[in-house]
Amino acid sequence: MTKLLSGNEAVARGAWEAGAVLGVGYPGTPSTETLQNFAGMPDVRAEWAPNEKVALEVASGASMAGARVLVAMKHVGVNVAADPLFTQAYIGVRGGLVLLVADDPGMHSSQNEQDSRNWGPFARVPILEPSDSAEALEFTKLAFDISEQFDIPVIVRSTTRISHSKSLVSAGERAERERIPFETDAPKWVMMPSNARVRRLDLDRRVAELKTWAQEHAPDRVEYRDTSLGVITSGIAYQYVREALPDASILKVGMSFPVPEQAIRDFAARVDRVAVVEEADRYLRTHIAALGVEFDDVPLPASGELSPGIVARAFGSEGDTLRGSIPGLPARPPLMCPGCPHRGLYYALRSVNAVVTGDIGCYTLGALPPLSQMDSCLCMGASIGMMHGANVVGGIEGRPIVSVIGDSTFAHSGITGLVNVAYNGGSGVVIILDNRITAMTGHQGNPLMGRTLMGEHSQEIDIEKLCSALGIESVRTVDPHDIDATRIVLREEVKREGLSVIVSRAPCALIVPEKEDPYAVNREMCTACGACIKLGCPAISTDDDGHAEIDITVCVGCAQCVRVCKFDAIESSGSACDIGGSV
Amino acid sequence: MKPVTVMLAGVGGQGTILAADVLAKVATASGFDVKLSEVHGMAQRGGSVDTVVRYGDEVFSPITDPGAADHLVCFELIEAARRVQWVKPGGRLLVNTRTIEPLPVLIGAAKTPDDLEARLAEEGAIFLDAEALACEAGSPKSANVVLLGALSVGLEFSEELWQETIGARVPSKTIDVNLRAFELGRRACVEGECMA
Repeated sequence: MTKLLSGNEAVARGAWEAGAVLGVGYPGTPSTETLQNFAGMPDVRAEWAPNEKVALEVASGASMAGARVLVAMKHVGVNVAADPLFTQAYIGVRGGLVLLVADDPGMHSSQNEQDSRNWGPFARVPILEPSDSAEALEFTKLAFDISEQFDIPVIVRSTTRISHSKSLVSAGERAERERIPFETDAPKWVMMPSNARVRRLDLDRRVAELKTWAQEHAPDRVEYRDTSLGVITSGIAYQYVREALPDASILKVGMSFPVPEQAIRDFAARVDRVAVVEEADRYLRTHIAALGVEFDDVPLPASGELSPGIVARAFGSEGDTLRGSIPGLPARPPLMCPGCPHRGLYYALRSVNAVVTGDIGCYTLGALPPLSQMDSCLCMGASIGMMHGANVVGGIEGRPIVSVIGDSTFAHSGITGLVNVAYNGGSGVVIILDNRITAMTGHQGNPLMGRTLMGEHSQEIDIEKLCSALGIESVRTVDPHDIDATRIVLREEVKREGLSVIVSRAPCALIVPEKEDPYAVNREMCTACGACIKLGCPAISTDDDGHAEIDITVCVGCAQCVRVCKFDAIESSGSACDIGGSV
Repeated sequence: MKPVTVMLAGVGGQGTILAADVLAKVATASGFDVKLSEVHGMAQRGGSVDTVVRYGDEVFSPITDPGAADHLVCFELIEAARRVQWVKPGGRLLVNTRTIEPLPVLIGAAKTPDDLEARLAEEGAIFLDAEALACEAGSPKSANVVLLGALSVGLEFSEELWQETIGARVPSKTIDVNLRAFELGRRACVEGECMA
């Protein structure tokens, strides 16, 4: 059966066909849809864990119990999961354990670029690199077999253009498999030093065996065409090479760890000139150079994505003829949606002149003008630790230090940061932006709102009680759409000694089922003061005289602008349809 | 057949992904090799988004380069201007006349050039008021399908296949509206109302 699947859908399908019974991970672009698709397969369970480390630990337990398990995360998630990953390689597996890692070269939706192939030699885990959806499915199935055959967790490494590209896939049937029976095996599963020293050497043995096996069975592919140029490539870069250099011979590396040394030597011996085309790090080039195989170091960008045109130019092509460009265009940065509750919170936050340590989610957009209310964004959960660090060295210019963190990010790794501030007697205001969903990655459930990946309703974590249990005396809840009330609470809390928490709670505008009627500006009353423009709402603009205008087709009636207008110039307009509804 | 490259450029939330998905399914049903590339995540929050569909006997890259697209379908005027270099000289440039001002313009920090339509006309743009036709079809949200209708005139697939695919892809409550939207977009181009 041929289907048009994204790389993420294909990995989910591959895991299902391989008989995986559990999928677990944490949402992160571009990996998110993998588990969402797996959750929809028959006879499986899928779970969002609060973070990637927990996800991998859950997978480890499932593997110990003899089941096949898929773990999925984005590249930065592996940093969080690196602790169990390294030791899992020592332990190995019982049921096959496969980790889908999706990198984001070019940072479409990430705070950094990482080339996850480097985990291969670092953690000594095999890396498979598909080049399209068909391979994403096949390689995932193969990864489960390798995992069990060589007693090792296996990484399937994807990138944005694999995960979020659709291509044709031959879907197969699910292999029903017996659970591998449990046996007590402390030397393998209990990693205390005496056992770990043995397993460390055993890991080298397993990788060496895999390397020997791979010479015959790895999913590497050699395509001989014109042998004057031979290109070694992998992943999505293979597709760009096929497009840009249709006559070149190619060694397509399918398993990038262990590096296929013999295949590289054999290929280099058959072609006149070798070049290497890879996206992101000099991973293959470093390993190929170490083999003593000479290659032309063609000029590829050190960061960002490749494309067929970039590859063609690296080999001397002048590229396609272009039309003239149209200059002077305004940038279009992403923005918070109309009716976004975060906008109200940030607007109120302007009044306290705080240094704001930020975090990762839609609310990171509060760093952009006109709100400009964020001074840092490092990694998931960092806001609270950074607030504490800045405070314990004496603060910053005597200004209040406030951290902002979303609900899902708080569950991911903010709770430990908060425990740290409470434990060390620190101070500051932690604002938890609870919009009842994991919004940025596409509206996944999380422990704070209590909907699971299987669509069940479970326990909602009570943030206020959790904070109280940590001994935090001041825990207050605000409705961020009510900007005046929010501002009053903020002013009180920044003056307070010690640590306090404000829960800013209102649902994401995209999950509010019924939109309110839009508002309109009464031009007679509008003084062109610009207060509403400072909200940065996509529904509000100004005319040539500086008077505000509201686009009724964009407005969702959140009324934040009504609250910031001191001249009562913003009024309900009735429904968009009643007043013509033309767009 | 050499691959045909269609790029759909717009603003997050305009429905470019659904339109691209319908096109990819139509090409798949016609027996072509197909690749589709889209971007999710932060860019979707009102930022510039572009989606690429490529089909032919054998397609390698899911993405394309400036100067390499055969068809560029722009859901918005500023994004049309931003992406105009991506369509090859002689390629087809289909532009929705709607403007969605980006935040820097709304807050007065930047300006939109006022001659965009004229500049795009010099590049041979075919203009269409997709929102007006979508309202006529019954919902402004079907503007993306109006644009598909306009695009369909320049592609080799049958009208029936488009209709069948749209019917299977959109929510069942909106099938009639979307089929009307497709028809209005297609007819506008067939009858030359989109000002070729």
